[in-house]
Amino acid sequence: MGILFSFSVVVAIILLVIAGVSGAGLNFLFGVIFPYIALLIFIVGVTYRVVQWGSSAVPFRVPTTGGQQTSLPWIKANKIDNPTTSYGVIFRMLFEVLLFRSLFRNTKSELREGPMLVHGSEKLLWLAAIVFHYSFLIILLRHMRFFTVPVPTPIEFLEFIDSFFQVGAPLVYITNFTIVIALLYLLYRRLAMPQIRYISLPSDYFPLFLILAIAITGIIMRYFEKVDIVGVKQITMGLVSFRPVIPDNIGVIFYIHLTLVCTLFAYFPFSKLVHMAGIFLSPTRNLANNNRMVRHVNPWDYPVKVRSYQEYEDEFRDKMKKSGIPVEKE
Amino acid sequence: MLLKDFLLERKSSLSAKWFERVVETYPSETAKFLKNQKDPFGNPVGSTILQGIDNLFNQIIEDEPDTEKILPLLDSIIRIRAIQDFSASEAVAFIFYIKDIIRQEFERTYTNSNYPAGLREEFSRFEAKVDRLALLSFDIYMRCREKIYELKAQEVKNMTYRLLQQAKLIVESPERSD
Amino acid sequence: MATKGKPPKPEELSKIDYTPPKRGWMDTPVVFKPGMYCHGTRAKYLEAVGMPNARDWSPAEEDWKLPPEWKEIVLKGIKERLQKYRTFHVFMDICVRCGACADKCHFFLGGGDPKNMPVLRAELLRSVYRKYFTTAGKFFGKAAGARELTEDVLKELWYYYFQCTECRRCSLFCPYGIDQAEITIIGRELLNLLGLNLDWIMGPVANSYRTGNHLGLEPHTIKANIEFMIDDIETITGIRVETTFNRKGAEILFVAPSGDLFGVPGNYVAMGELMLFHEIGLDYTWSTLACEGGNFGFFTSMEMAKKLYYKIYSEAKRLGVKWILGGECGHQWRLMNQYLDTWWGPADFLEEPVSPITGTKFENAKGSKVVHITEFTADLIRHGKLKLDPSRNDHLRVTFHDSCNTSRAMGIFEEPRYIIKNVCNHFYEMPESTIREKTFCCGSGSGLNAGENIELRMRGGFPRANAVKYVKEKFGVNMLANICAIDRAALPTLMDYWNPGVGVCGVHELVGNALVMKGEIERTLDLRGEPLPGKGGTD
Repeated sequence: MGILFSFSVVVAIILLVIAGVSGAGLNFLFGVIFPYIALLIFIVGVTYRVVQWGSSAVPFRVPTTGGQQTSLPWIKANKIDNPTTSYGVIFRMLFEVLLFRSLFRNTKSELREGPMLVHGSEKLLWLAAIVFHYSFLIILLRHMRFFTVPVPTPIEFLEFIDSFFQVGAPLVYITNFTIVIALLYLLYRRLAMPQIRYISLPSDYFPLFLILAIAITGIIMRYFEKVDIVGVKQITMGLVSFRPVIPDNIGVIFYIHLTLVCTLFAYFPFSKLVHMAGIFLSPTRNLANNNRMVRHVNPWDYPVKVRSYQEYEDEFRDKMKKSGIPVEKE
Repeated sequence: MLLKDFLLERKSSLSAKWFERVVETYPSETAKFLKNQKDPFGNPVGSTILQGIDNLFNQIIEDEPDTEKILPLLDSIIRIRAIQDFSASEAVAFIFYIKDIIRQEFERTYTNSNYPAGLREEFSRFEAKVDRLALLSFDIYMRCREKIYELKAQEVKNMTYRLLQQAKLIVESPERSD
Repeated sequence: MATKGKPPKPEELSKIDYTPPKRGWMDTPVVFKPGMYCHGTRAKYLEAVGMPNARDWSPAEEDWKLPPEWKEIVLKGIKERLQKYRTFHVFMDICVRCGACADKCHFFLGGGDPKNMPVLRAELLRSVYRKYFTTAGKFFGKAAGARELTEDVLKELWYYYFQCTECRRCSLFCPYGIDQAEITIIGRELLNLLGLNLDWIMGPVANSYRTGNHLGLEPHTIKANIEFMIDDIETITGIRVETTFNRKGAEILFVAPSGDLFGVPGNYVAMGELMLFHEIGLDYTWSTLACEGGNFGFFTSMEMAKKLYYKIYSEAKRLGVKWILGGECGHQWRLMNQYLDTWWGPADFLEEPVSPITGTKFENAKGSKVVHITEFTADLIRHGKLKLDPSRNDHLRVTFHDSCNTSRAMGIFEEPRYIIKNVCNHFYEMPESTIREKTFCCGSGSGLNAGENIELRMRGGFPRANAVKYVKEKFGVNMLANICAIDRAALPTLMDYWNPGVGVCGVHELVGNALVMKGEIERTLDLRGEPLPGKGGTD
């Protein structure tokens, strides 16, 4: 039910845009108002989430240690998986954020029998995740060309790299395909592996369908149902400069693409997609394992009722004396 | 000999079917994992059952299966099922699956007309063998359950062993079972 | 045991389909299966430490005698904890259900209950969080993965949050470091607001509060027990070792798990330690109050854990020691490494720990002033301060089980291995994916080592036992060493069930066997009082 529901929502959005733009001519609403609203929701929402998390206390320093601790000088410590310094923590976070190190741990190192396919299946999750996230990032950066005049050199360089294997025009971007393949694998995995399917919620399928739809409409626009690029840039530059314009003759496919992106932005803060920001705040990863060196203070620490030694001795004094255990009060 | 050849020919497919039937007694989310994850340390239950069933199949197609070899194989599977969510009958029922699987294989291979003479008798002898395994399985199951109760008692004793000893409630040396 | 129904008819036997009907997990109500859960706590234990909603109750009964406003208590408790614990708050929000953790939990691997996948165990609580604390959950309900908090949901939480040993293995593999242990800790705190603890946890808590140790033994019994060990040591070595209790002015306070004082095989660890301290002439003392490094309060609530650990620094201060040496215990070291100093520090009344024998400064413990005994002993061996005869352990083929807490909340891997390799000639590692930070739990941690849930424990321990079986078959391993008191209580049972013939010991038992003491008689017995097989021949 989750799958169908999520899929229908994405289809409904597309139909809405078609009706709105082609039917009712609400180009300004879809081309200008929605993007602004979505961006506003995104910025306010994500900031709100991060501030919320940040306002939660970190009472204890509880990193998950993934390697040898720092102890005696002749024992080689693992300074990244079990960091004791801020540098170590920064490295650990970099590995985590840039390379998905924990996910990579998932690979099994040995096999007694069985086909390689099975062996690699867990590495595939890591691979698909890496491919998806980096493709998404590159595509996002590439889109900066629509919001800048002149297009900065790094963006042009990125486009060059991304289309490295291509001759002819229009340039085919590698990431356009890798993102779709990665998304399809992630979707396949959710459907085909019973235990993953069991844990999946509509809110797991929805972002997959949504981003898939964004990617596909983008591809269609670029290679098949070409839109008026000059017009598109007019819109985007208009948005950036707060002097919105709506040129004519931009195909409805552009509005579909744009509205799906707006949906993604607006949906982002309310969904699991906030993991992007949350990972930086995860106390099992961003803290050093140095509690025995440096004291960590609990901001909401409060006095608790304890049983004192005096009470203990009062209860057992006679027995202690009888068995020769020293006491405070004779 | 007819039956043995028949089984030997189809050994891997039959024992694979047997394994699948056993694994399907688990929730479906789990079953797929038990079937597919081949790392013996990442999937101890699945790989133990797989090995047990494979070797068990090799044993029961022998004319005179070696009980000494069969017991540890049965044990490896039943020991797991004895502490999982199975009743006694459910825990040992997997033995009988093989009859069913072979019978279906007959149906697929032969029609009534070309059913080889003698195969029926051989199969009924085979079925008796399987029944004997089932009886052995009950013994093993009971031993596992008894072990569980024994361990419960032993553990409580271990935890306070020195206290009991000191209070002269235990005099013998620590009893380590087996 | 297990599913009690009417027995299947003979013709059904070979055709039974145990696969449950296809339903989402939210629609699959919890079934309490015997052997999977423990007795509910008795009122007297809760009353002894002033915890709320004390009453006698049974998980098997329909009526849990919940207070009428139970739902408000839980929701208020969640709200409060979202503010108090960033772990909880972030972990409620950022899971993407990628499933990387699904097959990392020993309870899922050994038992196959899908709700034991860490992600789903967390979703049990997350679904409630979404319903009451997120916009999407409030508006879209089930479509957003949210559900009402009902009595059935509460029971489900109780059932599964006491089927988690807080081992953190899932946290290691999670791309965001989501730690089910944190979620379980908070979940159990919520349950404790309603008086829903285990008898097996609450008994030791009440006992520890009064006497300092889990069993509730009074000071003279502690002393008598240790002296009893000293008698045994004299029989074995011919040497009468000295020790003191509550002695002011000692240099070091030694805090061991009390399981090592009364139970086997933990007892032999304490004997080894007594021998070691005597041999190097360590100026140390026991405290009859701080006679327990273990802390079942940690399995109850943070507040209770803090209360029960008051004794550690306060006794160190009262006795005027310079620093604290901690024994071989798992969750003791989770707490001593990650919580003690925050709860009761700063320990400015103590001195930065220095080994009086080697002069080594324990820089890594300069703040909290607590040193792990394997750090201490490894340093002694490294400096050649011990005379060791590893051939006395030649009858043992040893493997080492890393305990969850010392692995994933500390990272003490090399120290115990270094010691073992110096006191034993035969040491073999289990497969790489089952040791060190990837170690499998014994299946009985976090207060689950009771008798009534033994099926659960045997399942949960199976991945560990399976790896032991491998080295048993491959190398003839017959001894499973560890540095955790719960391991020493639980693993013998686990081994007896899965791998009969494999014993369990602490690292310092092996040290005690190998330690050549000045003036000792020729050893014919090991620390267990069993004859030592002929030495030196097998290497």
